Amino acid sequence: MTALGGSSDVGLDRPQRRADKERFKFTTFVWLSPAGILLIALFLVPTAYAIYLGFTNLQLLGPHASSFSFTGLANLDRMVHDSVFWSSVKLTLVFVIGSGIIAQTLLGMALALLGQRAHISIRATVGSIVILAWVLPEIAVAFIWYAFGQSGGMLSEIIGKPSDDLLSTVPLLIVCVANAWRGTAFSMLILSAGLRNVPEEVDEAAQLEGAGYWRRLFRITLPIMRPTIMTNMILITIGTISDFTLIYAMTQGGPGNETAILPVYMYIEAFQFNALGYGTAIALSLIVIGGLLSIFYIRQLKPELGKAS
Amino acid sequence: MTTIDVAEQVMPGKADVLLHASIPTGWKRVRMHKLMVNATLGVLGIVFLLPLIWLVDSAFNTHATASLGAPALSLANFRAALAAGAGGAIKNSLYLAVVSTLIATAVSTLAAYTLSRRRVPFKSTLLLGVLFLTGLPVTLLLIPTYEIFVHLGWANSPFYTSLVLAATSVPFAVWLLKNFIDQVPKEFEEAAAIEGTTEMRILWKIVIPLSLPGILVAAILTFINSWGAFLIPLVLDANPGNTPGAVGIYQFMSANGTVQFGPLAAYGILFSLPVVVLYLVCSRWLNGGFAFAGGVKG
Repeated sequence: MTALGGSSDVGLDRPQRRADKERFKFTTFVWLSPAGILLIALFLVPTAYAIYLGFTNLQLLGPHASSFSFTGLANLDRMVHDSVFWSSVKLTLVFVIGSGIIAQTLLGMALALLGQRAHISIRATVGSIVILAWVLPEIAVAFIWYAFGQSGGMLSEIIGKPSDDLLSTVPLLIVCVANAWRGTAFSMLILSAGLRNVPEEVDEAAQLEGAGYWRRLFRITLPIMRPTIMTNMILITIGTISDFTLIYAMTQGGPGNETAILPVYMYIEAFQFNALGYGTAIALSLIVIGGLLSIFYIRQLKPELGKAS
Repeated sequence: MTTIDVAEQVMPGKADVLLHASIPTGWKRVRMHKLMVNATLGVLGIVFLLPLIWLVDSAFNTHATASLGAPALSLANFRAALAAGAGGAIKNSLYLAVVSTLIATAVSTLAAYTLSRRRVPFKSTLLLGVLFLTGLPVTLLLIPTYEIFVHLGWANSPFYTSLVLAATSVPFAVWLLKNFIDQVPKEFEEAAAIEGTTEMRILWKIVIPLSLPGILVAAILTFINSWGAFLIPLVLDANPGNTPGAVGIYQFMSANGTVQFGPLAAYGILFSLPVVVLYLVCSRWLNGGFAFAGGVKG
């Protein structure tokens, strides 16, 4: 973007503009400071403090509530031997990949592709319904699916076993369905916009050559959209990996930690079992997992980035 | 000119007859295909609609259960929700959302304009840092912020809770607005600067009006995010009088032994309505924002 803007600057008055640009004004600092102070005080300081607290025995109440101390790798050691932690890692990955990346991308893509060829009135109506599910506050979504997953709820009636309490038999599946229902609109919007950017000429040329719809979809449309799909996946991961409200309101992580993804497990350890230090360590592990997933996506994206430059 | 137009010209009013007489065999398949596409999309739409229908149905039904019941039109559930404190909780949510949106939008606009137009040392590092912050899970901030707030006596204050909500929205807002202001032509500002207009006036009279769609997108996204905030107020504000709607619904869900589906559904609708209306009113700008995000290549 800057490169584009800069090229138009290279004109007759270049020296004059340059002189104007080079000067650093004191007010620049003043204008940046409100956002800067807010981010430093409430984002950077807590982040740095988290890295410290993750290695302490801080408690919510009790002897180590005010006089906590640095305990080295004790939290890490506890984490490595904590079977609930590892199952929580697994649950987080299933939740992010299953309900986030796979379900939301597939549903969003299906809606975007169908919408492209459907009648405008149907596309607009269905689009609005899907978006409405996304605009609803998360707590309302949690309540709806909490009701649907109960015995006598809509889901158990649909599968023909009205007395089944799905929230205790398949809790992870229900929270995944709820999250997919809520999040699909985001993928639909991003992928529809990406789909509009696919040049029609390429598709038409392939059509003239006699390529069928599915062949064109897999050989032309999807490869062209790969960067958009990858961007979408990164955004979904960021959004899903720290999700708390939906699962906590539906199941509180239960039954028996079966839906305790990392943010929920962190909350339980910190604010129910008193271990703020260990809770922070769990939150830090979330960053590590998020980082590993991001590295994976960036690797996947690299071919395109290389081609572009 | 489409086939129908041609047919209309040849035989006004009888285009349909003419078309049917001359349909090539491939056409039926195209029509069948269209039908399939519309039907599939329609079915998906109904699946997505079902939970919403249940919510509305249960809110107006005094004998609401976890499944669909015969529709009834009673406002008793809404009265029960208000009796359970829905009104006050929604007012608290409004405070959090308005204050955090005003703060986040103001500081982000100022920062985004400066980053877009001025020479800032280490600008690319700063921007990369902001982008990194957008990806940081808010969960990480929770415990340290709680500790800091308890020590400074900032806990249980709606204002400081709003500040945290604002801070969590600022990185994304700065990123969005900086890209948006980059697209606004500089000519007006340069002309105004030559005439000696102060920069604050340029920002207020030229840059903000021209980038209003982008500012609105940032403001609406912040508002929707703060309105639904659950974890941050749950931890930072234990004062029952400050409970926002999301926490209120959660407490109502887990309060009694049996879940009162009807009043809860009514509570859910009362709490959802403001953001749904806001979205409907502003969807035009928001979709523009998505077109922008979708256009980002890599």
